[in-house]
Amino acid sequence: MSIDIKAVTMTFGKTTALDNISLKLEENKIYGLLGRNGAGKTTLLNLITNRIFPSNGEILLDGEQVMENDRALSKIYFMTETNFYPEWMTVRKAYIWTKEFYPEFDAEYAASLSEKFSLSTGSKIKNLSTGYQSILKIIISLASNAPVVLLDEPVLGLDANHRELFYKELIRAYSERPRTIVISTHLIEEAADIIEEVVVIKDGRLIMQDQVENVLSKGYSVSGTATAVDSFVRGKKVLGVDTLGGLKTAYVLETPQKDSLPEGLEISRLDLQKLFIQLTN
Amino acid sequence: MNLDFSSEKPIYLQLSEEIEDAILAGAYQEEAQIPSTTEISISYRINPATALKGINRLVDDGIVYKKRGLGMFVSKGAKEKILDTRKENFFEMYITSLVSEAKKLSITKEDILKMLERGFDK
Repeated sequence: MSIDIKAVTMTFGKTTALDNISLKLEENKIYGLLGRNGAGKTTLLNLITNRIFPSNGEILLDGEQVMENDRALSKIYFMTETNFYPEWMTVRKAYIWTKEFYPEFDAEYAASLSEKFSLSTGSKIKNLSTGYQSILKIIISLASNAPVVLLDEPVLGLDANHRELFYKELIRAYSERPRTIVISTHLIEEAADIIEEVVVIKDGRLIMQDQVENVLSKGYSVSGTATAVDSFVRGKKVLGVDTLGGLKTAYVLETPQKDSLPEGLEISRLDLQKLFIQLTN
Repeated sequence: MNLDFSSEKPIYLQLSEEIEDAILAGAYQEEAQIPSTTEISISYRINPATALKGINRLVDDGIVYKKRGLGMFVSKGAKEKILDTRKENFFEMYITSLVSEAKKLSITKEDILKMLERGFDK
């Protein structure tokens, strides 16, 4: 399922949370939604799921308006930081209820994931630790089988082993049954190799949408003496610089031309995290 | 097998080289099946599209081929093909950078030849 965000603006009082964003999320791709705190990521996800309504513009799901459209909304599963299940409910009950709203929910798969994550399905939700609250939501998102899954900070509170398990299960579920996935996360490096396309928001504006591979091939850092670096980057698109004594590092958004590199300068690849920091600084 | 996520080399290229290495080492014999795109993407934790791109590169080079409905298999003569290509690239990959680093450090040609002998005697 594809999502078409058309010229969406969202204002809260005098604050503009999203400023004229147009964005197309294609069917069955894994997207990374990146932005600093307060950039507007969660607002965008809330708009897609019709929890709030845009001040301007519209959002289409396979060409249909999502606004007040239950049929369209049952196709999207949104994993948020907040827990919407009653606290007294057991995990098992939560699975049964989810099936009411998401008819494609695979209870057997949820049970097998629970075992893999050692989540006891007899536990009450209120007795789960922060990490296991996240795990419960992860399991429901993966087992929902919704054609669109939005994950807002999915690995919050998870230890390294469980994060690893989550990423692998996400790929497995996606391979077996492709769907459109949007992961909003601060742990960029961890998710970088899972994401196919990256969407970067800064101050409510879309500043980049591209294939991760393209983004990575575009950015590089070059370091050396300040004078050598300065003359090398003249006329190039420099995102930022770091200096350490006489050593200067410039972050450049351009495809590196290794042949034209003057003696004494070192260039290296920018990983997604570094690139993101430079882009959103 | 391991992928270096901080390397300048794109992940898909590293992946196809890893599989080539495994073929050279005899881990995947000619006419034997290699893991599926799904298995590869799960075990390396990479996007299936990336895994597919790595495999497709091997298909284009004639290293592996697809049996409809069954999976990917190592081509006959794959090992030799990989060796030939790697030998062709040896100069560009190793000698060029060796010479440029040696010049930077003022190491002479004679020094390098001595080192080479030492390296081979090891």
